[in-house]
Amino acid sequence: MPLDTKTTGFKYIGTRPDRPDGIDKVTGKARYGADAYAPGMLHGVMVRSPHAHARIKKIDATKALALKGVKAVVTRADFPTGLEGEDWNIQENCMAGEVALYDGHAVAAVAATSLLLAREAAKLIEVEYEVLPHVTDVDEAMKPGAPAIRAGAADYSVPEGLHPNVMRYIEYGHGDLEAGFAAADLVMENTYKTEATHQGYIEPHACLAQLGSDGKGEMWVCTQGHWFIRRMSAAVLGIDVANLRVTPSEIGGGFGGKTTVFIEPVALALSRKAGKPVKMVMTRSEVLRATGPTSSSSIDVKMGMKKDGTMTAAKVTMRMQGGAFPMAPIDSALDCAFSCYNIPAVHHEGYDVLANRPKQAAYRAPGSPMAAFATESLVDEMCRALGLDPLKTRLKNASREGTKASFGPTFPRIGLVETLEAAIAHPHYAAPLGTNQGRGVASGYWMNWGGETSVSAALGEDGSVTVSVGTPDIGGSRASMALMAAEALGIPYENVRVNVVDTGSLGVNEPTHGSRATYATGLATIEAVKQISSKLCQRAADKWGIPAEAVIWEDGCAKPSGPNAGEFPPLTIGELAAEMGSTGGPISGHFEATPSGHGGSFGTHIVDVEVDPETGHTSVLRYTVVQDAGKAIHPAYVEGQFQGGAAQGIGWALNEEYIYGADGRLQNTVFLDYRIPVASDLPMIDTVIVEVPNPGHPYGVRGVGETGITPPLPAVANAVHAAAGVRLRSLPMSPPRILAAIKAKG
Amino acid sequence: MTQIHVTTTVNGDEVDFLADPRETLLDCLRDKLGMTGAKEGCGTGDCGACSVTVDGRLVCSCLVLGVEAQGKTIETVEGMAEGEKLHPLQRKFIEHAALQCGICTPGILVAAKALLAQNPDPAEEEVRYWLAGNLCRCTGYDKIIRAVLDAAAEMREGV
Ligand code: FES
Ligand code: FES
Repeated sequence: MPLDTKTTGFKYIGTRPDRPDGIDKVTGKARYGADAYAPGMLHGVMVRSPHAHARIKKIDATKALALKGVKAVVTRADFPTGLEGEDWNIQENCMAGEVALYDGHAVAAVAATSLLLAREAAKLIEVEYEVLPHVTDVDEAMKPGAPAIRAGAADYSVPEGLHPNVMRYIEYGHGDLEAGFAAADLVMENTYKTEATHQGYIEPHACLAQLGSDGKGEMWVCTQGHWFIRRMSAAVLGIDVANLRVTPSEIGGGFGGKTTVFIEPVALALSRKAGKPVKMVMTRSEVLRATGPTSSSSIDVKMGMKKDGTMTAAKVTMRMQGGAFPMAPIDSALDCAFSCYNIPAVHHEGYDVLANRPKQAAYRAPGSPMAAFATESLVDEMCRALGLDPLKTRLKNASREGTKASFGPTFPRIGLVETLEAAIAHPHYAAPLGTNQGRGVASGYWMNWGGETSVSAALGEDGSVTVSVGTPDIGGSRASMALMAAEALGIPYENVRVNVVDTGSLGVNEPTHGSRATYATGLATIEAVKQISSKLCQRAADKWGIPAEAVIWEDGCAKPSGPNAGEFPPLTIGELAAEMGSTGGPISGHFEATPSGHGGSFGTHIVDVEVDPETGHTSVLRYTVVQDAGKAIHPAYVEGQFQGGAAQGIGWALNEEYIYGADGRLQNTVFLDYRIPVASDLPMIDTVIVEVPNPGHPYGVRGVGETGITPPLPAVANAVHAAAGVRLRSLPMSPPRILAAIKAKG
Repeated sequence: MTQIHVTTTVNGDEVDFLADPRETLLDCLRDKLGMTGAKEGCGTGDCGACSVTVDGRLVCSCLVLGVEAQGKTIETVEGMAEGEKLHPLQRKFIEHAALQCGICTPGILVAAKALLAQNPDPAEEEVRYWLAGNLCRCTGYDKIIRAVLDAAAEMREGV
C-alpha cells in the first residue's frame, strides 16, 4: 500500500496537548473494570487448586448450593467438549478438566447475591484431589524422571529422545559458525537464568458478564483487546462471536497480560446458568497465582569476537517454561537475541517446555528481555576481557539498513546506530562515578507489530470529527489518535473526539499490544479521516461546478487549485459539514487493513548503580533511555513509555521473581512480597527520543511501548559488575544474591 | 451477618449506609455509595490505589472497616476538584502526562494532597518516600514526582 508519507512540517504532531480523557482520570470518574454494576447483578468467585499438580477426583457443591442466595456453581462439566489446539488450552486454563495443573488453577466457580456470600460458598465447595508429582523449574522439567505434565502432546518439531515436557523445538541460523568462532580472538560462553515475573498491572482483572440461554451475551471487561476476549470466550463456551458484544472498560495497565481470558468465560457461564449478570473481580493473589506471568528462562550464549571488537559468530540456546501449556515465547526471544548485531554466523535453538505453573502470557516484548539479558551481559563481559568500550563496540557491530538480520530478513531503515551515537554523546556516559558505583549499558530490540485494524471516522454537523477505534487507551492513545486526525484534516486537536468502541461497532481489531496502537490504529485513523477530506473536496467541487481533481484540502478547508480551477473562496470544514445533509448526506471515512509496515524499534540504555558491599543492596542512581520512536506523536507519552519500560526492567533485574516452594505453591502472592519498584527506589529517568522515520507509517511512527523493557536487565547487571566486581548471571540480583557473590569473590 | 447502620461525612456530604462488619471502607465507598474513584489494587495495604483520608489522616481504605467510618470525615478523589475547577495537583498531573493508565492516579492524588497539607515545600526525596506506598506500574514515577513538585510550587505562589 503506497503511503503518502510526511515527516516534517507538522502543525500538531510532536506537540503535548492535554489528553482528552485526562479530566475523567484525575477526578475518579473514569470507569475501569470493577466500576460497573448491573441491576440484579451477582458476584462470582473462583475455587482454585491449592496443589501444583493434582487429579480432580470429585467436586461436591451441595453445601454451597444450600446457602440462600447462591445461584449457580460451574465446573468444567458446564463447558463444551471437543475443543482443539489453543482453544482447548484456553478452556483448560480457565477451568481445569481432569487435572489441576498449577497452584491457583481454577476448578470451579460460584455466583451469589453478594461477594461475601460467594466467598463463603466457594469455601464450601468440596474438591477431592489426588496429588501428583510436580515440577516448576525449566531445567528440571527437561530432565529424565521429571513428571510428564502432558505426555504425547509435543509437536512434530521436537527431536526424538527429549523429555515429553518439551513441546516445541526451534532451530535456525545462517553463516559458518565454526569458521566464525575460529576467526575470533576471544570466544566466551555462559549460561544465564531469569525468573518469571509478572506484568504487575495495578488493576486486577474484572468483568461484568451476561449470557442468555439463547446464546446472546454482553460483557464489560478490562482488557487490551475486546475482540480477542470475544473470540476466546465464544470458543470456550461454544457460542457465535457475533452474539457476544464486548465493551472495554478503561484499563488499569496490561503490558501484554490482558490480551487473553481468565475469568471472562467463567463469568459468562455462571451468568448463563444463573440467568443473571455476574461480576467477577480478581484479588491480587489470584492475579499473581493464576493469570499470565512471564516464562522463566535458562539460556546458553556463545560469542566470538576479534581484538578490535568485531563479532565473528554467535550461538544461543533458550529453554523457556511457559507454564503447563505450550507457547513460551521462544520464537521472539531467539529473534531478538542477536538482532542488534551484524554477525556473519549465527545459530539459534529454542525449547518450549511445560512446568506446573500458570500459563504464561505476553509481557512487554515477550522473550526479548531474557534474550537481551544473556547476549548483552556476554557482550559486556567480552568487552571487559578485551578492554573495549562497550558502546563503541556495539556501534562497530550495529545492525543498520541493509544488514541481514540475525533472524533472516534484511533490515529496512532502522535507528540502532542513531541511538548508540546519541548514548555515546550523552553527558551521562562521561559523568564521574564514586566508590562502589558503576555504569552499565545495553541495547535492545523489539520488532513491533501491525495486526488487524479497523477504524471509522464520522463528520459532525459543526465540522468536528468523531473517530471510533478498537484499541483500548492504556497510556494516552486517544491523544495520539486525535493528534494524527487533527494533523491529517488540518483542524484543531480539540475538534476531534476519539472513542474506544465495542465489538459491535467495528470490524476485528487486535488488542493494544505489540506496540501496535499508535502505528496501526494511527495509520488507519489517518487514512479514515483522509476519506472525509476527499469527500469534502468532492462536495466543494460540486458546489463550484469544477472537477474534484481541481480541489485540494489544506488547513481544514477545501480550496480550488490548479490552472483550470477558477477563483473561489475556500470552504471550511464547518461550512461544508453544516450543509452536508443537503449536498449528498452524511460523511464518514473508514479504513481497515492488517498493516505490516511496522518498523522495529531499537533502544540503548545507560545506568549508574551503587552497590552496598555490606548488604548487597543496589541503588539505581541515574538512568538514561535512548530509543528510536520513528516519529513521536505526543512526546510526553513516548517518554512515559520509555520511563515505564525502564522501571519495569529495573524491577525484573533487581527484585521481582516468582518464588515457588518445594510444594510447588507460589510463596509471594501479595505486593508486599512480590515487590515492584516504588517511587523511592528510582531516580528520575532521563529520555532521549531518536526519530528515524518508519517508511511504513504516514508520519513515520514506530511503536515504542515494548523495546524499553529490553535493555534494563543486562544494563543493570553490567552496572552491578562495574560497581561490585561480581557478575550475576541469574536474575533477580536481589541483595542476598549479590552479597553471596561478593563473599564468594573474597 | 447483621448489617450495621453507619453515618459518616464524605467530601462534605452527610451519607449513610448499611455495612456488614466484614466489609472494608473501600467496599462501602464503592459498592454502597457509588464512589468508585478509590480503586482496589491489592486489598492488603500495599498499593495505595484505595487511598482516602479519614479525619485528615491518609489511610488505605482497604485496611479500614466500613463500620469504622461512623462519625468520621472522609475525603476521596471525588472531592478534590471544586465543581469544574480542578485541584492544582489534578491539573498538573494532566499537564505533565503523569498518568498513563490512570488506575493509580486517584490514590496518588489523595496521597500527594495529604503530603502538601503538611509540607507545602517537599524536596524530591520527600515526595518519593511519601508516595512509596502508592504503586504505579506504568510511569516509572518520573512525571508523577515532577507533577507533584510543580503543583506544590504553584500552590505556594497561591496561583
Ligand atoms: S487496595 Fe488498598 S492498598 Fe492496595
Ligand atoms: S498510570 Fe498506570 S499504574 Fe500508574
